[in-house]
Amino acid sequence: MIDKKTIEIIAKLARLNITDSEASEFSVQLEKVLHNFEQISKIETTGIEPMITPTEIESFWREDIAQQNFTSDEILANAPARTGHLFKVPPVV
Amino acid sequence: MELKFASIAEIARAVKDKKISAKEITTYFLNRIESLDSKLNSFTALNQKAIKQAEDLDVRIAHGEAVGVLAGVPFGIKEMLCTKGIQTTAGSKMLSNFVPPYDSTVVSRLKASDSIILGKLNQDEFAMGSSNETSFHGSVKNPWNLDFVPGGSSGGSAAAQAARLVAGSIGTDTGGSIRQPSSFCGIVGVKPTYGRVSRYGVVAFASSLDQAGPMVSSVEDAALTLEVICGHDEMDSTTSQRPVPQWSKNISTNMNGIKVGLIKEYMRGGLDADVQRTFDESIEALKKMGAQIIELSISMTDFSVPVYYLVSGCEASSNLARYDGVRYGYRSDFKNLSSISLDEFYGKTRGEGFGSEVKRRIMLGTYCLSSGYYDAYYLKACQVRRLLTNQYLEGFQKCDVILSPVTTSPAFKIGERINDPLEMYLNDIFTTSTNLAGLPGMSIPFGISKQGLPIGMQITAKHYDEQRMLNVAAALESVSPVKGLKPYVI
Repeated sequence: MIDKKTIEIIAKLARLNITDSEASEFSVQLEKVLHNFEQISKIETTGIEPMITPTEIESFWREDIAQQNFTSDEILANAPARTGHLFKVPPVV
Repeated sequence: MELKFASIAEIARAVKDKKISAKEITTYFLNRIESLDSKLNSFTALNQKAIKQAEDLDVRIAHGEAVGVLAGVPFGIKEMLCTKGIQTTAGSKMLSNFVPPYDSTVVSRLKASDSIILGKLNQDEFAMGSSNETSFHGSVKNPWNLDFVPGGSSGGSAAAQAARLVAGSIGTDTGGSIRQPSSFCGIVGVKPTYGRVSRYGVVAFASSLDQAGPMVSSVEDAALTLEVICGHDEMDSTTSQRPVPQWSKNISTNMNGIKVGLIKEYMRGGLDADVQRTFDESIEALKKMGAQIIELSISMTDFSVPVYYLVSGCEASSNLARYDGVRYGYRSDFKNLSSISLDEFYGKTRGEGFGSEVKRRIMLGTYCLSSGYYDAYYLKACQVRRLLTNQYLEGFQKCDVILSPVTTSPAFKIGERINDPLEMYLNDIFTTSTNLAGLPGMSIPFGISKQGLPIGMQITAKHYDEQRMLNVAAALESVSPVKGLKPYVI
């Protein structure tokens, strides 16, 4: 049962602020969607290895050579806020 | 050569032979965008350097330098793919101010082949949608009828290509996002085998499903574009190291001995009458050309929509965790940064930056990955994904390709399905299993509805067998009842 309380817990886990009306809407919609999706529970899957990627990953090696692709200014050009050559964020400690 | 409908090969040949300059071609298509796109809303940004890049190409040709196979061919690029110096928003407020410092591999390969990038194409937000109605830049209109959706998520690519605002376009396909809009807009769209095309620089939605591919006007154009964008990339460890075949040179419309599979589970009715008729006609056409029709059962396709939405939702909730307002993208307007907690900072930024469909998918994925639900949803879906893939591999021992509709109905009206997420998801019944199994799939125009909307047929092949898929598509194209039909806007 995806009640509003569950929605609020999930939103917190996802670091996603949602409004009260979004919480009500998502509660109804996700309940309906997951109820439909529960049909897969009846499929027998004992011992089946979960498939994480659809084709075989072929390993390859490259030379371990240091290279500079970007300057810090190119990267920081997209920063919402910066201080010198650093990203500016709220206090983290 | 009528430039409006010229093929990619014709344009490149004419440019190399100096029959027409790359600058004239670029100007011609930029003018078409200028005069027609206000009706469609397919472009979100233009490449301001396009004319200059075309001039530089013309100078190189004048000097007798060798140029690439796509010389002077104007391309549009879905907003999911990073383009150096040109905004790449993924259709989201979250990335509305993002200007990548690098090109995605797909774009750098197109550029290395001397194509001209005209600009960026609209899409559903983070490619989550089947109608292009979830875009931050607003809905895209279907060029065949402006009241209808172009499909999604690569709706801008499909609309721009159908209206010939570009000679070629690139889309991405996670659960049908190339094939479904291609069907809705009457163009040719290919999702290659997973691993054929590098995902480097493609905004990640669901990494085990995402593939970029061509959305163009013919099978030959698709093959040529694929030859440019496919191939191993050291920046994406999931790309295949297999050589890239010269598909365009090996296209054969000879259907003698070709075994075409039909999935029994897709034949239970419930199709729109026009789609059913088009499907029947495509089967008949292939039979007439010598193909053998084989019925097979892939019972797990009944579960492809739930498995797809569980896998893609879980992967998306993890992939989209990177949008935190720190290094790039949207950040909520905080008056005093030092007085807020990090959780508030993330929560408010993400709450304001993401649209409602993206939030719904993040919520779905987070729920299904959370403690106590992981086994029942994510793990179970991955196990069923294995069973589904195994059934496909068994099926392909009996046939060369599988033929099916792309969707149950042609394009629907704007606003018709947007308020019911489940109904919108169920739309993807025929397309999602291809991504789950990593198979190549494509849409080829083959019909038109009574309302005048295009209908495509889907061809799926086994892993890395794009050639046979393209061959069957070319055979259908050669006898297509809708060949030459064009949307009225052009």
